[in-house]
Amino acid sequence: MTGSRYRWFRVFKISGIHATLLAYSALVLFPILLVFMNSFKDQMAIFGEPLAPPTPETFSVDGYKTLFEIANFQHYFLNSLIVTTVSLVLIVFLGAMAGWALAEYEFKLNTFMAIYLALGIMVPIRLGTVGILRLMADWHLVNTLTALILVYTAMGLPLSIFILSRFFAQLPPDFKDAARIDGASEYRIFTLVLPLVRPALGTVAAISMIPVWNDLWFPLILAPSEKTKTIVLGAQVFLGQFLNDWQAVLAALSLAMIPAILLYMLFSKQLIRGLTAGAVK
Amino acid sequence: MRRKPFPWHITVFLAPAVLIYTLFMIYPMLASLKFSLYQSLDDGRQVFVAFGNYIKLLTDPNWKEPFWNAFWNNVVFFVIHMSLQNPIGLLLAVLLASNIRGAWIYRTIIFTPTILSVVLVGFAWKLILSPTWGIWFPLLDRLGLGDNEVAIALLGNESSALITLSLISVWQNIGIPMMLFLAALIRIPSELIEAAQVDGASSWRVFWRIQFPLIVPTVGIVAILTFIGNFNAFDLIYATQGALAGPNYSTDIMGTFFFRTFFGFQLRPGDPNMGATVAGMMLLIILAGVLLYLYGWQRRMEEVQF
Amino acid sequence: MFRRLTGALALAAFLMATFLGGAFAKQQVIIESWRTDDLKLWKDVIIPAFNKHYPDIEVIFAPTNPAEYNAVLDSKLQAGTAGDLITCRPFGKSLELYNKGHLAPLNDLPGMENFTDFAKVAWSTDDGSVTYCVPMASVIHGFLYNKDLFDKYGFQPPKTWEEFIDLLGQMKKKAPALAPLVMGTKDQWEAATMGWHNIAPNYYGGEAGRRAFLAGKEGFHTDGFLKGFEALAQWAPYLPRGFKAVSYSDAQQLFTQGRGFIYPAGSWDIGVFHQMNPKLNMGAFKAPPPTGATKSYISDHQDIAMGLNPASKNADAAKKFLEWLTTKEFAELYGNALPGFFPLHNFNITISDPVANEFLSWRQTSEGTFRMTYYKLSDQKPDAETDLWVASVNILNGNQTPEEAAKWIECRLSSWYQPHKHFHEELNCK
Repeated sequence: MTGSRYRWFRVFKISGIHATLLAYSALVLFPILLVFMNSFKDQMAIFGEPLAPPTPETFSVDGYKTLFEIANFQHYFLNSLIVTTVSLVLIVFLGAMAGWALAEYEFKLNTFMAIYLALGIMVPIRLGTVGILRLMADWHLVNTLTALILVYTAMGLPLSIFILSRFFAQLPPDFKDAARIDGASEYRIFTLVLPLVRPALGTVAAISMIPVWNDLWFPLILAPSEKTKTIVLGAQVFLGQFLNDWQAVLAALSLAMIPAILLYMLFSKQLIRGLTAGAVK
Repeated sequence: MRRKPFPWHITVFLAPAVLIYTLFMIYPMLASLKFSLYQSLDDGRQVFVAFGNYIKLLTDPNWKEPFWNAFWNNVVFFVIHMSLQNPIGLLLAVLLASNIRGAWIYRTIIFTPTILSVVLVGFAWKLILSPTWGIWFPLLDRLGLGDNEVAIALLGNESSALITLSLISVWQNIGIPMMLFLAALIRIPSELIEAAQVDGASSWRVFWRIQFPLIVPTVGIVAILTFIGNFNAFDLIYATQGALAGPNYSTDIMGTFFFRTFFGFQLRPGDPNMGATVAGMMLLIILAGVLLYLYGWQRRMEEVQF
Repeated sequence: MFRRLTGALALAAFLMATFLGGAFAKQQVIIESWRTDDLKLWKDVIIPAFNKHYPDIEVIFAPTNPAEYNAVLDSKLQAGTAGDLITCRPFGKSLELYNKGHLAPLNDLPGMENFTDFAKVAWSTDDGSVTYCVPMASVIHGFLYNKDLFDKYGFQPPKTWEEFIDLLGQMKKKAPALAPLVMGTKDQWEAATMGWHNIAPNYYGGEAGRRAFLAGKEGFHTDGFLKGFEALAQWAPYLPRGFKAVSYSDAQQLFTQGRGFIYPAGSWDIGVFHQMNPKLNMGAFKAPPPTGATKSYISDHQDIAMGLNPASKNADAAKKFLEWLTTKEFAELYGNALPGFFPLHNFNITISDPVANEFLSWRQTSEGTFRMTYYKLSDQKPDAETDLWVASVNILNGNQTPEEAAKWIECRLSSWYQPHKHFHEELNCK
């Protein structure tokens, strides 16, 4: 147990762990880097030497040029940004209000409401697509970003309420009681406690963001028009239209991946904290 | 608390969320279910047929075959996730939890595919496995598999297409079980593990005797999340194989079957009533899974736990 | 936090309002189509030519993947989000759209007299009284081959089916690294369209065979129709390596990169290939008839037309565009900008592309017929066209013998198609 044998065993074990994790990381990064790298090469080099990085002779950004000439990627990006931002604000804010009500007040329907709202965590909203499409068509909301925002808000609220009500329930009562004695209204108290759960708000936003940003289903069905295409749908349609032009295809893939990766880097702290806090019960 | 005559503030706090949630989630779900009990006539009128559509789905050969085909394919899809994604995710989590340097770098990298759109991931893998691009064939040739009928057309063979797509999905989604397991592992007090190590227990023993029993509840959560996700999947198949989910419907799962039924395909128009019926069946399957989890698994967990 | 949140909310609302409220000064006409390959040409050639006459109408060509076009269009029409102009598939699909009120009648459109009844038949009601799409072009099936590779190995285009199969065998022997026949089965429709629809008319006897089939005298499992499947099965050994995973665009890529000899084509591929590899030296031959056949048949299919969405808010502008489609100017432009789409107008039009001309010349030597599953046979579920995709793929992939595939598809068709009811019993379909 003592001495060099143990140390050698430890070194061996740790290098084994690193080797496994390195190998898996390589498997993860390979396809992403491959696509990204080849998007900067000319058609000949893409097919001739797919594994070689671009050289001055093979370097080309024609794919990106086609992309900007034909498809309106800036516009798709803006749509995705609007839909995601507004949905997240609504999910977090309305979720906090409802979560607060469920955690703070005792009323007759409390348990019923909690269960009713939690149903949405277990049942995927897609199964109501037929109803959603008819509702949106009746209200003339098809092909508007509003339709997407409403659906994503409804989709994100159950989890948001669930997580936030747990956080609100953990707040120490002294603070709230002190405020109440000072004669603060319930609304005022809510604005006072909201900053206390800020990390939780960030977590909810980070967790809710991925499915909203990456969704293909609802943009495809509810808002497929050129004006309202999100970046994922835009990329999907573009990929379908330019199957022959690999430079453009690889450029489109890269360009659609980059915003997601940037967002991830920006929010990874909240996201990982959210996941590792056991938030998804 | 609990002193005002009518709790207006509670209504104000709850109303917006409940309203949006009811209007755009619960109501459409119920409307879809109702819609599945009707059939439209040629002149556009709707007639009530009770469970006629469900009976048709389960007995009419034109519906029964594709339905059960999609169902069993979906089961295979789920089983592959359960037997690969979750154990590998657990393994990665255990390795990451073992206090090595740079763990956060590995963690960040491995989670990356999870945040990417399924469309992009599916398309990128389709290109890599494509016979036209010089990546897959040279690799096979080097491995001596160049003549293997299945390996050279992974997405084109009935025997391999569904498995290949499941593996792509595992590749993408492994970050989620990894993170959840990691969270559970980190919460285990380190004294417990150190004490066992001092007693001379091997890592293997430490894992099975101490770590695993404590993360069993997470195993259940991961399983039910995987189940819901898999029986609701659509994007990956649609992006790589198209709505016809070829070859010979071998990659057709509930999501693609629903899409084709609802929107139709090629020369055939869609059937919204039958589409709603398929969605109703999916709801039933998912609810069955969830109830099984809540009443079977979680009940027992509560007994086991302190 | 609260203030910041409301601030963000207000900003987002403001962004949304300015964004959604943006009014269009020009009249905008959106075209739904499946011709994704032609996107650049519409943008650079066809729409600018139209805008010379009507500078105030902004035309947007918004195509969807061919395999998804019908489904996506249906969903958009249902939701009321479809474009102003709808590119029409021939026969049943468009008839159904017209019957559901998704296509406006166009009998009174000025310029409709520029088309023969033959051209209009694919987009008229069964009694011929109403036409609801402006015919644009037909497409012809055949085979494209790489002339340079043929010269290098000393091959000649085949005259008969037997020569064809023999040639494929020689190619496999002499140039094992190249694919004799460049086609895949991943996307499924090519196997039926470039495969069966291309070669089977020679076996079932074109129009006469098609009519006999409709009347219930022939089925997929009888005579010429079964022989069509058997002929298709002979292709399997000569398809590219990993052909089961080769998609349509993969096949286009392989052929234009010179990695195969022969490409079973639709004439629409000609223009695409010129774009993909301008240096490619192509020749063409028609589907070779079996030895001893007295007549040969080609698939000459009314393929593409354009109709008006009655829900269009810019119907006037859209009609202007449709009118322009009936002119000689458009016919000439379209036929030459997209070699391989043969305009259906009455005018005499010169097509400059030699390969497209080769296709056109077969009309003199062969009898034309359209893709048989499009008319009547796909009006109900299970539809013969989708089943034909699956059956053709199964035959080439080796999952079904031609007999099994023929029986399978006939059983499914005869389950609802009344004139074939007797086959349902004869074949012991369950």
